Amino acid sequence: MSGPILFLLALGLGLAGWIAGRARAWAFRKSVPDGRLASLPNYHAWYVALWIAVPVALFAVVWSATAPSLILQSVLSTPEASQLPAFGFQRDNILREAQAVASGAAPAVFNEAAKPLIEPFREAMARYNLMGFAAALVIAFLAGAFAYLRLKPDFAARTRVERAVMFALLLASLVAILTTLGIVASLVFETVRFFGMVNPIDFLFGTQWNPDPMSGADNPDASRYGAIPLFWGTIFIGAIIAMIVAIPLGLMSAIYLTQYADPRLRKWLKPALEILAGVPTVVYGYFAALTVAPMIRDLAQSVGIEGASSESALAAGIVMGVMIIPFVSSMADDSIAAVPSAMRDGSLAMGATRSETIKRVLIPAALPGIVAGIMLAISRAIGETMIVVMAASTAANLSANPFDSMTTVTVQIVAMLTGEASTEHHTTLSAFALGFVLFLVTLALNFIALRVVRRFREAYE
Amino acid sequence: MTRVHDNLEPAEAKMAANHVSVFYGDKAAIDDVSIEIPNEYVTAFIGPSGCGKSTFLRSLNRMNDTIPSARVEGEITLDGEDIYKSGMDVVQLRARVGMVFQKPNPFPKSIYENIAYGPKIHGLASGKAELDEIVEQSLRRAGLWEEVKDRLEDSGTALSGGQQQRLCIARAIAVDPEVILMDEPCSALDPIATAKIEELIDEISGRYAIVIVTHSMQQAARVSQRTAFFHLGKIVEYGRTSDIFTTPLEQRTQDYITGRYG
Ligand SMILES: Nc1ncnc2c1ncn2[C@@H]1O[C@H](COP(=O)(O)OP(=O)(O)OP(=O)(O)O)[C@@H](O)[C@H]1O
Ligand SMILES: [Mg+2]
Repeated sequence: MSGPILFLLALGLGLAGWIAGRARAWAFRKSVPDGRLASLPNYHAWYVALWIAVPVALFAVVWSATAPSLILQSVLSTPEASQLPAFGFQRDNILREAQAVASGAAPAVFNEAAKPLIEPFREAMARYNLMGFAAALVIAFLAGAFAYLRLKPDFAARTRVERAVMFALLLASLVAILTTLGIVASLVFETVRFFGMVNPIDFLFGTQWNPDPMSGADNPDASRYGAIPLFWGTIFIGAIIAMIVAIPLGLMSAIYLTQYADPRLRKWLKPALEILAGVPTVVYGYFAALTVAPMIRDLAQSVGIEGASSESALAAGIVMGVMIIPFVSSMADDSIAAVPSAMRDGSLAMGATRSETIKRVLIPAALPGIVAGIMLAISRAIGETMIVVMAASTAANLSANPFDSMTTVTVQIVAMLTGEASTEHHTTLSAFALGFVLFLVTLALNFIALRVVRRFREAYE
Repeated sequence: MTRVHDNLEPAEAKMAANHVSVFYGDKAAIDDVSIEIPNEYVTAFIGPSGCGKSTFLRSLNRMNDTIPSARVEGEITLDGEDIYKSGMDVVQLRARVGMVFQKPNPFPKSIYENIAYGPKIHGLASGKAELDEIVEQSLRRAGLWEEVKDRLEDSGTALSGGQQQRLCIARAIAVDPEVILMDEPCSALDPIATAKIEELIDEISGRYAIVIVTHSMQQAARVSQRTAFFHLGKIVEYGRTSDIFTTPLEQRTQDYITGRYG
């Protein structure tokens, strides 16, 4: 409870240390002949400040974790506590109420039995708060004095502060990695539970996806959990149809922008294209569902294709392709622009035309970067949900007909998680298994993309 | 304005520039230059940095077309034909007037593909065997064959700097040009690689008209028969290389070649 206060204290004392350290360093400046210190006064200041603020902050963390139980301990040892029921729900409730009133979080108690305990709680809290405060001051003083006394004109405060900065950066990057690991771990945990009910072989190779949320919670029908139609739908929409749209258009626009466009036009066109990447996918979803899908159905019917659905894989795929054009084109643009102009000149000087130069020199030289962009675009498309929900339905069809309705992994994950079933039910758990496999697939794609990019770097040096 | 030595023996002009000016935007980098590039000779362009040697060289195969702000005035002919006339096929021109750059710029393709590039786009070979023949011949002429014949599939960028430059010369030779322009081809190379290139230029001279831009007086003296001294966008003096270096007519030329310039 006194944690936040202790943190503020850490900041305040740190500031005091900063000022003191700086003052001392300035004083050194007068004492050394040419007024030059090994480190600038600011570094001395930060050195002292960090030595005070970090230990106090650490203490604040430890203290706010242990103080409540210490307070409780001391309250329980008072004579008033002997009236309490020996254990159980009641006892906990009474204690909680008394504590809430004592700390000012609640106005009064309901349970009369809690009343006599309020005063002991107050006392214990005051005592421990004071103790914590005093301990923090002592720590700040000791650490600050240690740091302050180490300051000398030739003290290498800079290297130490740099090291502290590096450590802070390391910590920050670890947070992201650890969070990812935590997510994966929880995913794995739920996936394992699901695979305890449904055989992974049935899941990975079954061709029927038709989970029944009404069935019993512990004996699922494994034959209803075949994920093949979902992964097929994902690949068909995200990696095939969308790419057939996005790769040529993205590449061509990148080539136009880097090789042909007037610089003034490029200045407008490139940002305009990149804005496409910022349009919320729901908006694309509307477009797919309300405009593209009906158009495709009418078109299919007019050329005599039977049973064209108004929710088609084609509609979702095309719109998704348009959505990821900027991803493909901006990566391709960058990697084509990164090809040294000496390559282009060399080719032109051989008497190659512009388009021959593009086809035979620029694209091959930029290919790894282009491929990496495509890989990233595919993993983006595979993870995309909204457009499919709106344009391609939730029916799991295993079909190669682009006019059929289809669904994808991410759509089913949403459907399973937002269904009626409880979190323990196998339909819910299947979402985790789907998510896990999808995670592995996109991970593999990103890995390949990174490898390709690395090869690209080696090609030039 | 250009002092031409009057003891020049008559030679067939492969290319000729008549009152050529080159502008970048409004700024003239080459100002009213006239010169003849004799066939089967090596002509050296020398002069202080920024005097327009590269600019003029690039106007000879219209590489300045790739710079949007560049504009050429006057007349440049190849075998008497104006290369800036409308309807001129730039692709054909560049096949006849090849170019080697200051920094070796092999394509990130195999050695074989680097050489085969030009013949392929110009359709010079009617089959694999003929292409192989062109590749071998070009590499031999560039003195690179023995060094790379067992590794034709390796990337051209994996060669040493000197080898890369000879590869670029071989690449230029492969399309069987009539003129070869070289812009400081040795400035990125060490003395041994430089000596090899000079040897190579010597070897192939007589077959083509060669123009070489260089900052090295010794190099100009070693490889060329004609020298033009550029200064501030003009050709100050033009004559036999031996005459330019021993009996220059202009004070500025004298100062430059004796290193007293600037
Ligand atoms: N792309 C360009 N745009 C504008 N000005 C240019 C461009 N290239 C060259 N110039 C200018 O034209 C003039 C001649 O340049 P050029 O490169 O022909 O000189 P150079 O004689 O080859 O010099 P160096 O010996 O240093 O290579 C210089 O003043 C240069 O600044
Ligand atoms: Mg130059």
